[in-house]
Amino acid sequence: MADVNRGARPLSPHLQIYRPQLTSITSILTRITGNGLIVAVLLGVWWLVAAAVGPEAFARADAVLTSWFGDLVLTASLWALWYHFLAGLRHLYWDTGRGLDIVTAERLGLACLGGSVVLTVLTVLVV
Amino acid sequence: MHYLTDRKRAEGRGAAHKGTEHQWFMTVSSVALVFLIPAFVYIFGTALGRPHDEVLATFARPVPAVVTALTLVAGMMHFHRGAKMMIQDYSHGLTRKALIMAAVFVSYTVMAAGLYALVRIAL
Repeated sequence: MADVNRGARPLSPHLQIYRPQLTSITSILTRITGNGLIVAVLLGVWWLVAAAVGPEAFARADAVLTSWFGDLVLTASLWALWYHFLAGLRHLYWDTGRGLDIVTAERLGLACLGGSVVLTVLTVLVV
Repeated sequence: MHYLTDRKRAEGRGAAHKGTEHQWFMTVSSVALVFLIPAFVYIFGTALGRPHDEVLATFARPVPAVVTALTLVAGMMHFHRGAKMMIQDYSHGLTRKALIMAAVFVSYTVMAAGLYALVRIAL
């Protein structure tokens, strides 16, 4: 009797039709920030190797990293780094079996979003 | 004759047959990075924008050099596993294999280049 409840059954929560939630968005952001950080790593290592190689190479790399575009990429990466940092701490907390109920998980998600912005601003001001 | 029962062979190894190896590696490297990242951000952030000789002087000192080296190694090992997870989720077949290889190669190249720079600055 497979057709009894046709049409009224719950649907599989497919990605394209799934209503975005704080928990899913903060989870996806963890992946995007973590993988996106490779751009800043490549820039930073290029700068470091250039410093080791000599003054001309350093001048070239330093000009790119300290330009407005470099500032933009590095500041965005700084936010990504702090976001991924906080999201990682959240995972470590979850791994202990705590904070897995929806209310706490959403609060932790907000803390990651807010905290990452606060830490980014603090870092820019201090460093 | 098998001395291990089927159950004994399967237990604790999960769907990927590799147990919690990945999870544990990410846990250990993330805890390491919790300590390394703030120190590294401070070192790199202070050095960036300084003249060449000051940058060289910074990374020639033992603490900035060791923190940078550890951050690079732990960070890239953490990255290549995370990137592999993402690639396995979204791609299949030959593309998947090629992308995983690219992630591994990029990670080790970054590690090698960064460590080379640190050694050259230190010498």
